[in-house]
Amino acid sequence: MNVIIILILASLAVALLFLAGFIWAVRSGQYEDTLTPSLRVLTEESKNSETNSKLK
Amino acid sequence: MNVETFKYDNRVVRAFGIATVIWGIVGMLAGLLAAVQLFFPDANLNLQFITFGRIRPLHTNAVIFAFVGNGMFMGIYYSLQRLCKARMFSDFLSWFNFWGWQLIIVAAAITLPLGFTSSKEYAELEWPIDIAIAVVWVAFSVNLFGTIVKRREKHMYVAIWFYIATAITIAVLHITNSMEMPAGWLKSYSMYAGVQDALVQWWYGHNAVAFFLTTPYLGLMYYFLPKAANRPVFSYRLSIIHFWALVFLYIWAGPHHLLYSSLPDWAQSLGMVFSLMLIAPSWGGMLNGLLTLRGAWDKVRQDPVLKFMVVAITAYGMSTLEGPLLSIKTVNSLSHYTDWTVAHVHVGALGWNGLLTFAMLYYLFPRLYRTTLWSTKLANYHFWISLLGMMFYCIPIYVAGVTEGLMWKQFTASGFLQYPNFLETIVQVVPMFKLRAVGGTLYIVGTFLMAYNLYKTAKAGQFEPETEAQAAPMERSPETGAGWHRILEGKPLFFTVLSAVAILIGGLVEIIPMYLIKQNVPTISSVKPYSPLEVLGRDLYIREGCLGCHSQMIRPFRSETERYGEYSKAGEFVYDHPFLWGSERKGPDLAREGGKYPDAWHFRHMDNPADTSPGSIMPRYSWMLTQKMDKESLTARLNALRKVGVPYPAGYENGPAQKDLTAQAEKIVASLKTGAVTTDPDKEIVALIAYLQRLGTDIKAAPATATTTTN
Repeated sequence: MNVIIILILASLAVALLFLAGFIWAVRSGQYEDTLTPSLRVLTEESKNSETNSKLK
Repeated sequence: MNVETFKYDNRVVRAFGIATVIWGIVGMLAGLLAAVQLFFPDANLNLQFITFGRIRPLHTNAVIFAFVGNGMFMGIYYSLQRLCKARMFSDFLSWFNFWGWQLIIVAAAITLPLGFTSSKEYAELEWPIDIAIAVVWVAFSVNLFGTIVKRREKHMYVAIWFYIATAITIAVLHITNSMEMPAGWLKSYSMYAGVQDALVQWWYGHNAVAFFLTTPYLGLMYYFLPKAANRPVFSYRLSIIHFWALVFLYIWAGPHHLLYSSLPDWAQSLGMVFSLMLIAPSWGGMLNGLLTLRGAWDKVRQDPVLKFMVVAITAYGMSTLEGPLLSIKTVNSLSHYTDWTVAHVHVGALGWNGLLTFAMLYYLFPRLYRTTLWSTKLANYHFWISLLGMMFYCIPIYVAGVTEGLMWKQFTASGFLQYPNFLETIVQVVPMFKLRAVGGTLYIVGTFLMAYNLYKTAKAGQFEPETEAQAAPMERSPETGAGWHRILEGKPLFFTVLSAVAILIGGLVEIIPMYLIKQNVPTISSVKPYSPLEVLGRDLYIREGCLGCHSQMIRPFRSETERYGEYSKAGEFVYDHPFLWGSERKGPDLAREGGKYPDAWHFRHMDNPADTSPGSIMPRYSWMLTQKMDKESLTARLNALRKVGVPYPAGYENGPAQKDLTAQAEKIVASLKTGAVTTDPDKEIVALIAYLQRLGTDIKAAPATATTTTN
């Protein structure tokens, strides 16, 4: 069952990578504001606003 | 503040969109063809290329990697640019991604019907295609990370995190599971054997569902649902928790596919516990999606896009509750090998992935073509037809699954199996198979309606190849992260990704032989490598996809040992490259098939199963009676097997192997003669019979050591 060592290592490597990502996200202030990002998505539209308003 | 003007690339989005529709139809039709053969085996027209065993992997690969894969790229390429306020990192990589992916799909559509398969579920493609997948995936990842690095929006919206998780994890999974030793251009043997191969395969298989069918689509849900409803997501904080909890839990749940198998018990329990924990983030995500629509349900009544999304998210919730429940060992003892699993995956595939893809297509096409949807009414029809199709598909198959599970386990009052003949249990559910095909047909009809609607929409509108947008560049505060960005930017990023992949492949190539091949020292002394003829027979078993319907893993239940014989031991599989445990029983388990029937019975059964087993739904394999076995490749095959650790003596493949093969073939031909069957010793059927008669017989040779197991 030694293969499980490989799988655990691979899984841990991925998990640690995500952990690093998480720490980076928190420390760089990604999650300071948990409201505006959800609103900003809705207002990203660009020039063709006539088309967009027609679509709504 | 200086505002930059830039253009989003819509061309590649459209290309992926069209590919999604086309491959969706192809994949679903392949599924229908497979479904029909389950009650009408002659639907294969007696052609080996479209027989169930070869069409099933084509269906699964087509819907997962071609339909959902293209849908995922379409959604990511559209949303990522807008979320990052930046064009894709490289147009070349975008198109490399697109054409590379289509070529891989075409290669799959050619090789799978021809019988070139590694037999590992959802990873059936042979090694050259595996390499192509890795290359295209790296191109996609570089494009993804490159775009993120040059983004103009500092905050990375939660969808982007889901895309990142997809890119990284799929690369690791694909490479780890595809470690195989080539034995010719389109033939390879898994580097892992038996239990180990099973564990790697289902670590991959489960996470392919998690990180190919789930995480990217969750990212897309978090983008397209708020956009379509014009409402912010219910709780952005919850979406962040959803993401991080999911990525840390998902990867450990794989062993739940191997409950009660020869896998060590602790690994099974680990898989089960992590699966149960997954309910929390999954349902958090589902509720977050559904609650986003609070106050907007009037829109759901009118907008087909939202209708599709609501049912898709509900289906996500249903299948992520059912999945953990199926991972409980007690439930699994009933559900495993039955059609329950098939119903479960189709709630996910038809409901979650299918309907969300349709929603995205209905959302995107009018926007790409700067018009409105050609017919909302037709889209509504599509919605109801696909919903009806799902019901007609899933409900009968749930009934079939539970029926099979209960019938297999039913004992009479005097302690005998109530249904000792496996065929009885399948005949019982054939009506359900027919209803399922009706459901599948409805679903496909709906997809055709969509294709027509989208075509008309495109005709009516004018395609906008690029959308112009404006944004200020991202402020990069010098004290935090300036160094980070310099490291990540431009070429170094590209090389980081490439070197990570290289290190992964290199590491695995180093580690695997060192750790695993030593393990293949048999713990059951009577277990011996397959003879040359049996190797060829086993490869035919793989070619025909027999494991699509026949498992080779007897679980330690009385209902199984009574029916099939002694339960399977880990030590019996040390020479199985790849493992062939299977995951479905449309026919009986074959782990102890050897010696159960005379050679002539197998010959007649393969020629026409209905002759020996009236009412059987197994297709005829009459071509194996006429086709000659591939003796020339024997040297390459034995060589490759030796390299992955099967102890054939040095030089064995160069002469003695052929001699042994002929001798064994002659013996089988002679035995067939006593059963009034005449055939030549070089026919494929002879090799297959040799393999089938070998199955599970090794431990019978030495009953004293038979109980030793390994882990």
